[in-house]
Amino acid sequence: MALIDTINPLLTTGWSKGDAGWSLKDYESRGGYAQLKRILASKMSQDDVIAEVKKSALRGRGGAGFPAGLKWSFMPKAAAEKYVVCNTDEGEPGTFKDRDLLRYDPHSTIEGMIIAAYAVGAKRGYNYIHGEIFDIYQRFEEALDQARAAGYLGERILGSDFSFDLFAHHGWGAYICGEETGLLESIEGKKGQPRYKPPFPANFGLYGKPTTINNTETFAAIPFIMGMGGEAYLNLGKPNNGGTKLFSVSGHVNRPGNYEVPMGTPFAKLLEMAGGMRGGRKLKAVIPGGSSAPVLPADVMMECTMDYDSIAKAGSMLGSGAVIVMDETVCMVKALERLSYFYFEESCGQCTPCREGSGWLYRVVHRIEHGQGRPEDLDLLNRVTDNMMGKTICALADAAAFPVRSFIKHFKSEFEYHIEHKKCLVSPEVQRAGSGFFRASSAAGAA
Amino acid sequence: MNKQNDMLSPELSPEALRKIDREVAKYPADQKQSAVMAALVIAQDEKGWLPKETIAAVASYLGMPPIAAYEVASFYNMYDLHPVGKYKLTVCTNLPCALSGGVHAADYVKEKLGIDFNETTPDGKFTLKEGECMGACGDAPVMLVNNKRMCSFMLPEAIDKLLAECN
Amino acid sequence: MLEIEIDGKTLQVADGSTVIEAAHQLGTYIPHFCYHKKLSIAANCRMCLVQVEKAPKPMPACATLVTNGMKVFTHSDLAVKAQKGVMEFLLINHPLDCPICDQGGECQLQDLAVGYGESASKYEEEKRVVPDKDLGPLVSTDMTRCINCTRCIRFTAEIAGFMELGQSFRGEHAEVMPFIGKTVDTELSGNIIDLCPVGALTSKPFRFSARTWELSRRRSVSPHDGLGSNLIVQTKNDRVMRVLPLEREEINECWLTDKERFSYLGLNSAERLTRPMVKQGGAWKEVDWNVALDYASHALRDVAKTHGGAAIGGLLSPHATLEEMYLAQKLLRGLGSENIDFRLRQSDFSADGKRTGTPWLGMKIADIGRLESVLIVGSFLRKDHPLIAQRLRQSAKRGAQISVLHSADDDLLIKLAARAIAAPSQLPAVLAQIVKATCQLKGVAADAALAGIAVSAEAQAIAQSLVAGKDGGKNSGILLGNFAQQHPQAATLHALGRQLASALGGSFGFLGEAANSVGGYVAKAVPGAAGMNAAAMLKDPRQAYVVLAAEPELDCADGAQALVSLTKAAAVVVLSPFKSQAMLDYAAVLLPVSPFSETSGTFVNTEGRVQSFYAAAKPQGEARPAWKVLRVLGNLLDVAGFEFNSSEDVRAEALGGQPDFVSGLDNGIDAVALNLTASVHGLERVADVPIHFADSLVRRAPALQQARDSAAPTARMNAATLAKLGLVSGDKTRVGAGGTAILAAELDAGLPDGVVRVAAAHADTVALGAMSAILSVEKA
Repeated sequence: MALIDTINPLLTTGWSKGDAGWSLKDYESRGGYAQLKRILASKMSQDDVIAEVKKSALRGRGGAGFPAGLKWSFMPKAAAEKYVVCNTDEGEPGTFKDRDLLRYDPHSTIEGMIIAAYAVGAKRGYNYIHGEIFDIYQRFEEALDQARAAGYLGERILGSDFSFDLFAHHGWGAYICGEETGLLESIEGKKGQPRYKPPFPANFGLYGKPTTINNTETFAAIPFIMGMGGEAYLNLGKPNNGGTKLFSVSGHVNRPGNYEVPMGTPFAKLLEMAGGMRGGRKLKAVIPGGSSAPVLPADVMMECTMDYDSIAKAGSMLGSGAVIVMDETVCMVKALERLSYFYFEESCGQCTPCREGSGWLYRVVHRIEHGQGRPEDLDLLNRVTDNMMGKTICALADAAAFPVRSFIKHFKSEFEYHIEHKKCLVSPEVQRAGSGFFRASSAAGAA
Repeated sequence: MNKQNDMLSPELSPEALRKIDREVAKYPADQKQSAVMAALVIAQDEKGWLPKETIAAVASYLGMPPIAAYEVASFYNMYDLHPVGKYKLTVCTNLPCALSGGVHAADYVKEKLGIDFNETTPDGKFTLKEGECMGACGDAPVMLVNNKRMCSFMLPEAIDKLLAECN
Repeated sequence: MLEIEIDGKTLQVADGSTVIEAAHQLGTYIPHFCYHKKLSIAANCRMCLVQVEKAPKPMPACATLVTNGMKVFTHSDLAVKAQKGVMEFLLINHPLDCPICDQGGECQLQDLAVGYGESASKYEEEKRVVPDKDLGPLVSTDMTRCINCTRCIRFTAEIAGFMELGQSFRGEHAEVMPFIGKTVDTELSGNIIDLCPVGALTSKPFRFSARTWELSRRRSVSPHDGLGSNLIVQTKNDRVMRVLPLEREEINECWLTDKERFSYLGLNSAERLTRPMVKQGGAWKEVDWNVALDYASHALRDVAKTHGGAAIGGLLSPHATLEEMYLAQKLLRGLGSENIDFRLRQSDFSADGKRTGTPWLGMKIADIGRLESVLIVGSFLRKDHPLIAQRLRQSAKRGAQISVLHSADDDLLIKLAARAIAAPSQLPAVLAQIVKATCQLKGVAADAALAGIAVSAEAQAIAQSLVAGKDGGKNSGILLGNFAQQHPQAATLHALGRQLASALGGSFGFLGEAANSVGGYVAKAVPGAAGMNAAAMLKDPRQAYVVLAAEPELDCADGAQALVSLTKAAAVVVLSPFKSQAMLDYAAVLLPVSPFSETSGTFVNTEGRVQSFYAAAKPQGEARPAWKVLRVLGNLLDVAGFEFNSSEDVRAEALGGQPDFVSGLDNGIDAVALNLTASVHGLERVADVPIHFADSLVRRAPALQQARDSAAPTARMNAATLAKLGLVSGDKTRVGAGGTAILAAELDAGLPDGVVRVAAAHADTVALGAMSAILSVEKA
């Protein structure tokens, strides 16, 4: 399992018992469902709930960072049929936080969704769970059964006038379903091809009805925000970047895993928590927000703090909080080739620039990596990405373009070396050793 | 899991239909199609893979055009449109996993089984697939067995143990 | 209204307009592939990217809604760069094989590549190859050329009503395809050829036969159903090579049925009659026109002289032109015969003499889509009137309440609000129940004849759907289909339909079966007071018949009886574009006349619209336009008033001018005795006229005859009827009425008890006689 270290833990407070602490009883013993009870008992107004979330400056944890409270406030009041949907289609390479959230503490997400449903007036909700983590899907279904049996879900919840039911829907292997409208299409039993926006889900969502869709971590934070108050939550982080955030640290560190830290924690601190660089090797580059985020060179990254604004200022994105750490043994051309292959494979195929461009990018990078690069290839790659970015229905074309552009921008000499010498700066043996089988330096007890 | 590669009739067993009904019940009454992803998984579990007749049977059960079900079956990459071995092993080789031995794990399995990606051992026991991000990068190398069982930290000993368990 | 500025030009558009619609209103062309005004917005091709003021990224004009004060630039640097970028992507995997592509010269991609493409590609990787698909006998595929715009997919799902195509796999591997092993079987399939912006979907029969720039084009009008779709007939060397839709929003929109699009293939049938022929001593001889005309006129004059004009009967095809029918009736009347009819499949003529005008649709075609509630009575709607079904499909999606009363529950691919399925003999009674229920709901008095009947739940549900509209059913339509018009109690259905519409304050009409179902009345091709109708003149054999463009054994209500009477007759003069063995058996003279493509003429469609057309090609062989042949016959027989120099002269006399719509349209009927009870013993036949067998032209179109809609007739029954007869689906059965036919039994769950559905208009079932016969069915 993923290791845990925290500063000011909220979301991960329930993780300490590992797989033994996820059930309803455990959650209730941690104060779980108290916020739902309080809201229902006090007949708190929907607007007050939304106001509290707005105050917290909680920004969507799925990648786009859109303020959650604001999103909720877009839901039309009058509509009879509304939905809340949770996005647990966690497939952005480097991201593995939502899996652990649902594994160790599914009820915080359930409670967060119920509170959201109350706030926006939804009667029904779905949690869309990445197909590859089927055991987590099964656990979530069990957790739903527990919540239903305890009266937290269903008709007239806890004797109030509020009714809401929640169901789990699993994916089956398509990265694009992490895009919110692709996800909605997928729940509708179709291919997960994103919809043109506007209309946005708040007006035209699941089955064409108003829908609030948030990431798992966003929902999981709601009970804590309601418990401590929006302002206290905001103060954990920094202005405009409220609260704590889970960071999934992977790659060349000694202790890959999830780390919950307040927004604004220095990257250097996070790296230290993750056990530092593997084998004491030198940091070369970091992708700070999942594979779609532009890569940053070591020196730039070491100056960053982990929040939306600092990372954006450095030229990348906090995204989903997936921090992919690469050391000096990494061939940046090969790393890019693998990422480009991923976007080529995962393009949904509807928009021309992405369907055609993602394959073009992959093939050119593949050629360069395999000693068949041409001097004009780097310009060609930049030109192709230029024609892809901002030209498609969803952001997958941009996601495919960002790595290409940032890898070339920051590591151009490596690409030029490949083209000129038909081989890599980093010897294959060094590369292979650097990416070899690896055992975490301290196997955490909670596993 | 009942994995049989012989051509069974396209009809699904009463048990599979009961499972599908349970999925259908999650959605509004006029949205049966929402259950197609789960229904195809249930059908795949029963048949071992998804012959076109089975896809058509699922489509008919849910009242949707067969091509709409085929679109779904061909879009999501864990549906098997061709027969696979009794154990389908999917190794993640995406970048975060690759940085921590993902490719090595795949190479190790290839060598042990004598097959490459997208191949099946002559005895029909194993099929090897290259996977994309499974959302478990912290556990690299990771591997899926028959889509539903995630295996973490797949170092050589763990792979040996897994292969030995499969029979 | 919203104000928008496009490239410096300002205009007002309606709320909800998109940028591309606004640009279209200005006459500004924005390049596009996936956008089509009749289909949902996909926004996937990205060709229509334009610059919108204040938007950081280029926006797709097809999907961007106009906001007030919006400024759009379609040719700015940002827009053109985006469009050129998309064009480059479209071309990298598109084979540059225009010289061998059937779409060459009429390809949107080719055209736009000239404006937005580069002279050479920067793409030097391997190109994609996509396997072709078998979509059936009409549509050919070259899927490597597909640009995944998904128009064809959206067409099948949205317009044709059933998703027969999809885009499987994903990303670069995405492929447009039908379900494995399936073809595209909708009766509207050919439209995907028009919709395909590249050469991925092309016409299979037309393939490689001509280049678009070699073709001459003529506007024409479909000779098939009553809609009167407008056509572009394309010819090369006086041979019709292809038929395409001519867009007429108020008639066929931009669509054609496959029948209309591909029936031209029958024009070149080996069965075309290209020389006049006479039978002498039992043997057929090809002769000169003057010999044949002389022979025909003598034969008719002899019968008229010997037996009187009433010994002659005229059977005119409802697919003949107005001019042809007009001259034929004038000729027959000149010979002293009032036995003239074009209503060949009708069996109840009791409304004759009681009608107050020419029966018609009762509304404009375009108004059908605006009705809030509709009841379709006795119609195989999807196959008999595919484009009217299409209009209702769209209006049902907008919330219109469509209901059906019929003897078969075929899937119309329309969301129905209610339905009642009953044996043919029960249709009048059920319609009476609907009338009664509706009168009760509306609080108006019902016909006294309905006092005793009990209203079933189905009838009640239909009544409720009819009154569901905003004004309690005022904006409703009651439409009688072909089956109702062919019904043995058609006059009762007519009268009840009128009563129903009048209780609702809505419209009532007939769905015209054939191209000139209205025109026949206008041309006076109906019996006079003392004359015999189509059924009577066959039941009571005549000495001579004039047959115009019809094949009575297939086109009449009782083909077997038609054959008997024609064979008995002393002289049968046939004017036909085709010859058949049956004709050679019964006729005395065969006069080769032009099909619609080789003559000028007029069809009056079901809404009464006068649509004239010119010949698109020269007549084949010695065939001549029928109006000319009839004129000469008139002259030879010394009939007065046959001095016509052109078909326009004939039209002017027939119509009394040049109206856009004919006058006298009126569905009124004077009191007819309602015939609500039918005592029927035995298995009732439900006879449909299969779409590709409905007239002599379509029957001879080879590619259409290979389509799924052309499957051989079977004896269809519901499970209970099969069981009662000890049959299972697939059993060989002997079906009998007058004669017998050996047909496979087939389960059809949509049929009521005690009926057998056997198609008419087909050689296999002629022997069964009347379309409304009582049948016996036994295991063969």
